Amino acid sequence: MQTKVKAKKKKRTFKEWINSRDGQKVLVITAFMAIPLLLLFVFTYLPFGKMVSFSFYDMKYVGAKKFVGLKNYIKVFTRDDCFKALRLSLYYMLGSVVQLGIALYFATILSFKTRGGAVFKGLMFFPYLINGIAIGFIFKFFYTRGFVFDTVLSWCGFNLENLPYWLKDQRINNFSLVGTSVWRYFGQNMVLFIGAIMSVDSELYEAAMLDGAGKFQQFRYIILPSIKTIILLNVILSISGSLSAFEPPYVITSGANGTGTYFVVMHEIAHTQQKVGLASAMAIVLLVIIFIATIIQRLLFKYVFTDGEPPVDSKAKRLADKASKF
Amino acid sequence: MNILMYIKKIILTVFKYFTLILFSFISVLPVVSCLITAFKTDKEYNSTNVMTLPSSWLNFENFSSAFKQANMGRAFINSTIILICVLVISTIIGTQLAYVLNRFSFTGNTLIRNLFLFASLLPGVAMQISVYEIMTKLNFINSIPGYIIMICGTDVISIYIYIQFFENIDKSLDESAIMDGANYFSIFYKILFPLLKPAIVTSCILKGVGTYNEYYGASLYLQDKKLYPTVATSLYTFVGPLGSKYNLICAGLIISILPALIVFISCQKQIYSGLTAGAVKG
Repeated sequence: MQTKVKAKKKKRTFKEWINSRDGQKVLVITAFMAIPLLLLFVFTYLPFGKMVSFSFYDMKYVGAKKFVGLKNYIKVFTRDDCFKALRLSLYYMLGSVVQLGIALYFATILSFKTRGGAVFKGLMFFPYLINGIAIGFIFKFFYTRGFVFDTVLSWCGFNLENLPYWLKDQRINNFSLVGTSVWRYFGQNMVLFIGAIMSVDSELYEAAMLDGAGKFQQFRYIILPSIKTIILLNVILSISGSLSAFEPPYVITSGANGTGTYFVVMHEIAHTQQKVGLASAMAIVLLVIIFIATIIQRLLFKYVFTDGEPPVDSKAKRLADKASKF
Repeated sequence: MNILMYIKKIILTVFKYFTLILFSFISVLPVVSCLITAFKTDKEYNSTNVMTLPSSWLNFENFSSAFKQANMGRAFINSTIILICVLVISTIIGTQLAYVLNRFSFTGNTLIRNLFLFASLLPGVAMQISVYEIMTKLNFINSIPGYIIMICGTDVISIYIYIQFFENIDKSLDESAIMDGANYFSIFYKILFPLLKPAIVTSCILKGVGTYNEYYGASLYLQDKKLYPTVATSLYTFVGPLGSKYNLICAGLIISILPALIVFISCQKQIYSGLTAGAVKG
């Protein structure tokens, strides 16, 4: 008798509870988060877990699996086409330094009054919006012997016979590919930097002008310190980006003639040769490297911000806090 | 002294515009050379230098031929369906998630934010090795709904734009609505959602351009290029026997770029501000 009453009471309180503020809170939190969390699980963390387990098997997408222990990892480091492909990342790192430099230069120029500034900005940014396959075709065409690039160089007085084959010559073809990546992304970096420069208090410039500071001094002492964070953030992103370089060789040369970066080789091994275990091991190795690189950069980053000069304003500090969080 | 300053200023100005013009030229040259080539007849293409202007700017034959051969009509229909579904779904789940993460403090809130942040750091190409296996098991290969769900599930940048936007919406709005007896669902849909409009426009443009241009996932999961081409993957038609007919290929490329160009010209400001907002958080 007593238990029945108790049960009834409990039921009522649940009903009450679901109608109360707390209950409503739990309801809305569950209802709004269920789908995104499910998607996050199915398309990120489940595949991540599977990839770790695949890396210990000799397997294809269909058919039997065979446990091979660490053999795949040993292969990653001993096969000629796997780990060594990472050295191509150096080209892409160099490219991203150039890219950030160009972006910073134009961002500084375009943040101040410039005739036709919006047009220049638009023209330099637009390549970012072109799809990857189209970029592949555009540059195959661009670099073909005697076509666009060679023609423009011949206008500048170069002799066609002295020009290399841009995509075949192994001394130069990786630079050609990196060039396309710089071409595509420097405008986007520039837009980010312009956004950061614009958020600097304009009174600072006026004060500097009154003190007789030149353009270069303004850049050195006002612009650079206040956008230091976003620059460093981009450097960090570009290092992991270089390690995982994929698109330019994938769409332009398909990795032929010594342009196969680590991920192009990995794609080939996974989807063409169907050696899923080996490809997974490659992916894990690179993820670990990226992870370590990010931690090292984060420590350096912290060092820069605690031992360097104090952040110029609270915004820079806020940015720094955010950046160091990851 | 003054004259020296003046000369210095002129030199700097000349240098500034020289570099601006040079790099703008570099930026447009590859695309413009394609445009020039797209208007050439086969005979012209074979006999003239690539940078020679076409004899007629009204020769649209390559465009219609590329459109037909690459099945671009079908591709535009597919891409439009994918685009609309992805934008609707990701707007709804993105804003809802951002609302919960911003307005309620509960155990696991920070953890969930970090899980999404970490997910955005994993390179997509590497993840597709095992996502492919999951897509196979879910029967999502050659299925447009499957592809749509995958795209919605992988990109989370818009969440940060929404969370940032929520931070600037005064919480007293919510509180006064609670006083009036509204529940959380109606607060979100009737009061907050309409206020999010600028953030929704921004993130839809970014996500839209990204989805329209996506080709790696599309080439893996929509393998049947006859039935399920998207605008990006329809360009694969030109790999192979047509691979050297660049006047035809260029016409196809220009067609595929055109929608992005139109969106860019009409929504420049939102694209720029959207990128900046996304980057600060990312």
